[in-house]
Amino acid sequence: MILRAENVSKTFETKSGERIRAVDSVDLSVGKNDFICIVGPSGCGKSTMLRIISGLEPATTGSVVFREREVKRPGPEIGMVFQEYSLFPWLQVIDNVAAGLEFSGMKKRERWNIAKHYLDVVAMSEFAHAFPHELSGGMRQRVAIARAFANDPEILLMDEPFGSLDAHTRILLQKELLRIWESHRKTVLFVTHSVDEAVYLADRVVIMSARPGRIREVLPVDMERPRSRANPLFGRLTDRILQRLEEEVTGRSI
Amino acid sequence: MKEKIASLLVPTIAPVLLFVIWIVFAWRIGNQVILPQVDSVIALLSNPTDDLVSMGSLASNVAVSLVRVLMGYMVAAALGIPIGVIMGYYALAFRLMDTFLNLFRPIPPLAWVPLVMAWFGVASMATALGLETGRMYVYLNNLKFSMVFIIFIGGFYPILTSSIHGVKSVNRTLIDSARILGASEYQVFSRVLLPAAMPSIINGLRIGLGISWMCLVSAEMLPGSISGVGYLITHAYTLASTDIVIAGMISIGIVGTLMDRLFSYVESRKYSWRRVAK
Repeated sequence: MILRAENVSKTFETKSGERIRAVDSVDLSVGKNDFICIVGPSGCGKSTMLRIISGLEPATTGSVVFREREVKRPGPEIGMVFQEYSLFPWLQVIDNVAAGLEFSGMKKRERWNIAKHYLDVVAMSEFAHAFPHELSGGMRQRVAIARAFANDPEILLMDEPFGSLDAHTRILLQKELLRIWESHRKTVLFVTHSVDEAVYLADRVVIMSARPGRIREVLPVDMERPRSRANPLFGRLTDRILQRLEEEVTGRSI
Repeated sequence: MKEKIASLLVPTIAPVLLFVIWIVFAWRIGNQVILPQVDSVIALLSNPTDDLVSMGSLASNVAVSLVRVLMGYMVAAALGIPIGVIMGYYALAFRLMDTFLNLFRPIPPLAWVPLVMAWFGVASMATALGLETGRMYVYLNNLKFSMVFIIFIGGFYPILTSSIHGVKSVNRTLIDSARILGASEYQVFSRVLLPAAMPSIINGLRIGLGISWMCLVSAEMLPGSISGVGYLITHAYTLASTDIVIAGMISIGIVGTLMDRLFSYVESRKYSWRRVAK
């Protein structure tokens, strides 16, 4: 086990002084090289949970422990891929990928070598000197993934990284992500609102409840990779998760 | 080819028309003081290094003015950018400074003149360095603190406002990404906030320079001024040399336009990503 969230809660205060509980007593443990997907109704606090784990936001109560040390601020050992607009628009693709290495003070030649390797991994080598605005949405996310991997984090948080892509690109990138994950083993915590995506990718699917976000259920996905969406088990699992989510949403609106 | 010539000609139509009107009116009025002939102004502009009646040459006066503007403007940028960036990033700094700074914003630079004269009088860089004679004295004495201050006031607010705005509108995800990748607080400022806000800051610098340049004439009307385009214009007016007045005005226009063009050039070359990126 390399990461543990203990009794994590988060309360926001709105401008009008109203207090909103976004995340409520979440316990979660993540083992080394796990691929965990978190699904939940929109607004259930799954992104907030990820931000707390990354150290970008403090928890109101509880704590996140990474390698026996409490996470207090973001750092290169915990990487993150955002949904969009995370590339530095004034830097070429290769410098974007090398950005984390530059922050840590690595020399240009060295960091470019590493960046080139990861651009190769995500099949973006020929765009090394392009600027982000010259790329399509899918290409940008490939670069964002390369950038996260280039920093060599132990754990990779992904906040709906394929959420704004079209269905076809999305499926393609899911496949690619698994391929990269298998060759550069990392622990992945992946937030998505797509149940299909979660079942396709994860070892375990964490289902969160509607706000305040709690962990409702954790389902293991016992299927060999590469998974086929035509597999009956795939359908059954998807169905079951969708049903749970539906209960969450309708239970709330009644 | 035809279209190219046409597109080059279009911007010249208005100035040419103005010249024609000027020539006609100057001829009809026939009074050098009210409206001098075009050719006498052109003669002045085409010999910028000629000494004008006890006022130095047009070129040397423009040069003196340029140095003054650049000095006041540099102080404005040196204070406006860092204060703006900090106010844009830290909500507390913004709340601390915003009301205070806004109280001074509506005061026109010219309204500062009496106070500035009371503070600095005719003190200049030469006074500060303790010079009273010599060649350097002549140069440095042209840099009156009161003038630099008024030019500074003119340039400061646009630079401040656009720096605040530039930093405030930086996408949060970029800052988060940098912190996730291990950037220190200083690196967040220097590698993310500053470059991301730069197009907006450059825009403020451009507007600030324009306003600084406009404050010049009022600054150069201050007592103790014996050089500069502003001085040239006001002094030529007392001598009824309207042709020098117009030549001075035209040089102010030309220099201002050139500086502005320089900025747009830098902006378009270096920050082309801004136009396409969201």
